Amino acid sequence: MARMTMIEAVRSAMDVSMERDDNVVVFGEDVGYFGGVFRCTQGLQAKYGKTRCFDTPISESGIVGTAIGMAAYGLKPCVEIQFADYMYPAYDQITQEAARIRYRSNGDFTCPIVLRMPTGGGIFGGQTHSQSPEALFTHVCGLKVVVPSNPYDAKGLLIASIEDPDPVMFLEPKRLYNGPFDGHHDRPVIPWSKHDLGEVPEGHYTIPIGKAEVRRRGSAVTVVAYGTMVHVALAAAEETGIDAEVIDLRSLLPLDLDTIVKSVEKTGRCVVVHEATLTSGFGGEVAALVQEHCFYHLEAPVVRVAGWDTPYPHAQEWDYFPGPARVGRALVEVMEA
Amino acid sequence: MAPRKSASVSSRKSAAKPAKKDFNGGTFAEFSKEEDLNAYREMLLIRRFEEKAGQLYGMGFIGGFCHLYIGQEAVVVGMQAALKEGDQVITGYRDHGHMLACGMSARGVMAELTGRRGGLSKGKGGSMHMFSKEKHFYGGHGIVGAQVSLGTGLAFANRYRGNDNVSVAYFGDGAANQGQVYESFNMAQLWKLPVIYVIENNRYAMGTAVSRASAQTDFSQRGVSFNIPGFQVDGMDVRAVKAAADEAVAHCRAGKGPIILEMLTYRYRGHSMSDPAKYRSKDEVQKMRSEHDPIEQVKARLMEKGWASEDELKQIDKEVRDIVADSADFAQADPEPDASELYTDILL
Repeated sequence: MARMTMIEAVRSAMDVSMERDDNVVVFGEDVGYFGGVFRCTQGLQAKYGKTRCFDTPISESGIVGTAIGMAAYGLKPCVEIQFADYMYPAYDQITQEAARIRYRSNGDFTCPIVLRMPTGGGIFGGQTHSQSPEALFTHVCGLKVVVPSNPYDAKGLLIASIEDPDPVMFLEPKRLYNGPFDGHHDRPVIPWSKHDLGEVPEGHYTIPIGKAEVRRRGSAVTVVAYGTMVHVALAAAEETGIDAEVIDLRSLLPLDLDTIVKSVEKTGRCVVVHEATLTSGFGGEVAALVQEHCFYHLEAPVVRVAGWDTPYPHAQEWDYFPGPARVGRALVEVMEA
Repeated sequence: MAPRKSASVSSRKSAAKPAKKDFNGGTFAEFSKEEDLNAYREMLLIRRFEEKAGQLYGMGFIGGFCHLYIGQEAVVVGMQAALKEGDQVITGYRDHGHMLACGMSARGVMAELTGRRGGLSKGKGGSMHMFSKEKHFYGGHGIVGAQVSLGTGLAFANRYRGNDNVSVAYFGDGAANQGQVYESFNMAQLWKLPVIYVIENNRYAMGTAVSRASAQTDFSQRGVSFNIPGFQVDGMDVRAVKAAADEAVAHCRAGKGPIILEMLTYRYRGHSMSDPAKYRSKDEVQKMRSEHDPIEQVKARLMEKGWASEDELKQIDKEVRDIVADSADFAQADPEPDASELYTDILL
């Protein structure tokens, strides 16, 4: 075992995958020589050469389209989109090509690509470097959507994503790269090296896509979260003293509905938390499923805590960000309902 | 005035480019005393402003992203000198210099960087996202290349209204590889839109050198398949930029359609504040600074011709520093936007 940041864990996942399979290629903007804007691919070009880890022009649509063609012919491209906010030019390729190759070709062709993209805010990136576009992917059938919350999961899930036969959108919460940020922006974040989930095996292992993990056992209320919000929810539970059960979804598509239903049947209450804007966000999907499957167990309406329906502001970042105080208030609210 | 040969700032070999023969032949007129003094003051304002922004970033007053324009000052200052009232300007994320050159207030820009209510977007936009209707500045765009299509639309609006304004769409060597740039080129030429595409080739798209990301590294030729004329310009010499801008503006105002100006320029600092710029040598940066600095070139001319004494230049420097210091004070003292601003300006 080694201690790794989430950056190192992601890098290790690509390293292990490239080592095991010549078909795995890693590319994107600034990915090769520079090693990636967040350094996730540092050293890979030196180790595997320029044909397996390389720079691309700033051309997201072209990058993803090319990756899809490579994948249809048996390669396994692991592409870095520099920020999730930059994926929009490629959205046509993602939704109409990557997601549909299998369906359109009667299963003759598949599209085993991974699009890694740093997601979420908390670094004063403003409206074009802070977005969480996961719901734009979960709305598209034919994609898988993964959001890790720690280094251990990030590595196991990324290897599983690379080995997966279908297109995987792999969203890396950039505020978690160096530590389990819990929304307390005025306090230092403890580094992953001092956290249990910063302990990562150096070799190959996978975490199955579609399996959630219960991060905190509790009996009072179920909190469904993913990515950065897992740590915010854990902080809110501690700070309010409410015995919340915190579920880390890890993958949104496929969704581990069983784990959610079992928990809500036990607690009778549910809060869904995400950083993306509220309206038509993934929380709406979870809330709908919970009421469909757990209606007669519910003691209170399902509550969503999310980013406001505004662009991600520069100056008011922490008013936008659904931090532990807001999640805590929601916990109190559902307990009193 | 005797025409001068444009000094090449590029070490690359120049291939035969017949299209360039009819474009000021690589020669241009000297600046008058007034032009040189103006250019000196304008470029110095951008340089000092950016130095201060870098300091404030280091002190924690500016968060997030901050892309400094230091080294590229001659491009916007030379371009702006050729524009007239009503001409529009639009650019990407390295935008502070463009805003100052457009005459937007240093206070407004600096307070946006620090996220204060007196900022040009009330603090809610930040370094990459600000606008000014009054100065015809259409942003400040954080998505690489996205502004190029918008600049094309501004030109369409000019043509539709029948005015003789031009739109200037700035983008970098990195953005020049985005697909929508070429969709824009096609439409602009098809409809003969008055747009000047200014490609600021500072040699590095973030950490990736032009040669590692571009098949055709002569960006002036990127419009060839659309029959858009394009010219390489010494973007470190404000006179060369102004001369090229004059001709480009005349081309557009005459209804001849779009034109491409590739500015050979250089940024001294990293891509952003978090970039140590290890992808290039210190010697390379130092060589550009000592041999091609846009401000030092003007300064040397002013002194050589006896148009300004050392003391007079120091006085200009002091005036510029005062403007910048005032903007920095304002940007630190001004309050953050009120919480009630969170939901404003989203929809009517």
